[in-house]
Amino acid sequence: MKPFAYVRATSLQEAAAAYASHPGSRYLGGGTNLVDLMKHGVETPGTLIDLTRVPLDDIQELPTGALRIGAGVRNTDLAAHPLVRTRYPVLSQALLAGASGQLRNVATTGGNLLQRTRCPYFQDVSKPCNKREPGTGCAARDAVHRDHAVLGHSAHCIATHPSDMAVALSALDARIELYGGEHGTTREVAAADFHRLPGEHPERDTVIRPGEIVTSVVLPPAVPGSRSLYRKVRDRASYAFALASVAAVLELGDGRVRHVALVFGGLAHRPWRAAAAEERLTGAVPADEAVREAVDAELAAARPLRDNAFKVDLARNLARDVLTTLIRSASDDGPPARPRP
Amino acid sequence: MAVAARERNPRRQADPAPTTAALHRSRVALRVNGRTHVLDLDNRVTLLDALRERLDLTGSKKGCDHGQCGACTVLVDGRRANSCLLLAVTQDGSEITTVEGLGAADGSLSPLQQAFLDHDALQCGYCTPGQLCSAVGVLREAAAGHPSHVTDAATAADSTRPVVLTAEEIRERLSGNLCRCGAYNGIADAVAACSAAEDPRPAARPPAPALRPDPTRPRT
Repeated sequence: MKPFAYVRATSLQEAAAAYASHPGSRYLGGGTNLVDLMKHGVETPGTLIDLTRVPLDDIQELPTGALRIGAGVRNTDLAAHPLVRTRYPVLSQALLAGASGQLRNVATTGGNLLQRTRCPYFQDVSKPCNKREPGTGCAARDAVHRDHAVLGHSAHCIATHPSDMAVALSALDARIELYGGEHGTTREVAAADFHRLPGEHPERDTVIRPGEIVTSVVLPPAVPGSRSLYRKVRDRASYAFALASVAAVLELGDGRVRHVALVFGGLAHRPWRAAAAEERLTGAVPADEAVREAVDAELAAARPLRDNAFKVDLARNLARDVLTTLIRSASDDGPPARPRP
Repeated sequence: MAVAARERNPRRQADPAPTTAALHRSRVALRVNGRTHVLDLDNRVTLLDALRERLDLTGSKKGCDHGQCGACTVLVDGRRANSCLLLAVTQDGSEITTVEGLGAADGSLSPLQQAFLDHDALQCGYCTPGQLCSAVGVLREAAAGHPSHVTDAATAADSTRPVVLTAEEIRERLSGNLCRCGAYNGIADAVAACSAAEDPRPAARPPAPALRPDPTRPRT
């Protein structure tokens, strides 16, 4: 690990000021990914600005019925929060499907959004990687890429985004609040637009600007009568990243699909909001045939690599299963069955 | 190097020379097992390395050093965490408990430690300190009603009750601790023996689970 200076910020203003005087610093949340990357030599900040003492660890219900989650809230606490468990079960399920108990106790909401890909070539500084060092090439494309992207990848990068939580946030139409930038201003970005596809600039995972701080995530009021579900497929029963995952929110009304959100994890450089499938399903009669057509239409865009075409089939089966489970439970008006891991 | 050679822990010789810029060091008050230690540390030192190399608390083990094996698990403000991924400088003022702090002051073992002995929950023992600290965390999290990935939907939605630690729950919750000796069955038995939570809905309870591998259970 390279030597670094340490600044403990106790307010957003202090943190932003520290960044302004030490450009190229990194903000520290739980550190479960950043500290690891510093050990690997992937991240070599001159200064680390510790945000854990900035009071950002509240979960507040807003008068509108929305839920504001501070960026410093630990994954464990978010997953266990009574309002998240009852109104946004897909978020609780996604968080609990990720990492281990030890890591969830430390990892934060903001840090989870900003975690980097676990592509082994990104983490190995002896290998070329356009995400780590733009212009050096991609070692994964012609090597071991079974876990890599099948949707939205570019000639420069085939990495996937590792977060489970972000997949659920996209399905819930969450908004991400940011502080900082040039003049300490605030802005918000839809969760679905926060992460980017690699394109020509795979080194940029998100639309965040240098020095900006994720301050909170806002969940809009839960759609009344909606059901939600997160399901993840991985190589072992627990504590592994997704080969493919699906977050879905569904509301039926008058025998039709009134609202549907469908998002894939593990398939792309960002949580993949299935806009084509959502468009086909909205207003449709919720039948197996409609679900199959919608999911197929979405995955027609897949461009698998030599070794990961199985992910497309996996995602197809997963999405069909999750949607039909939600449709059945909404029709029965009972609680959604929780699939086994 | 004569002075360094007399140090109890020879790895202290590897400490950076005093030429390291003061910018890269910090003074940290680490409160470990009820005692406060004020240390001057390179900012790069992890909590795990501070415990082992500076405080001679070598119970916490360095396995993978990347948060993947759980051998370094300690309790931070009562919650289990991988000490290899925590920079010591960030833990100023935290209440740390290591395996050395789990027993009573007179040296007697905690009920969980005794249960590990009673159930043969250890083989080589390298991972055992982390398993013990992790299991303490598991028992507290379940008592506080925290759901897990395998908690059924009705229980997961109910934040008012403790979670019953079935074999499936224990296995899922301890999945951040890897042991190549394969002592998992004994560990699951030991943790089950220490689980205080009673199922509040006995009628809905499935038959008492066998704490042995079920070859018919799908692994995905």
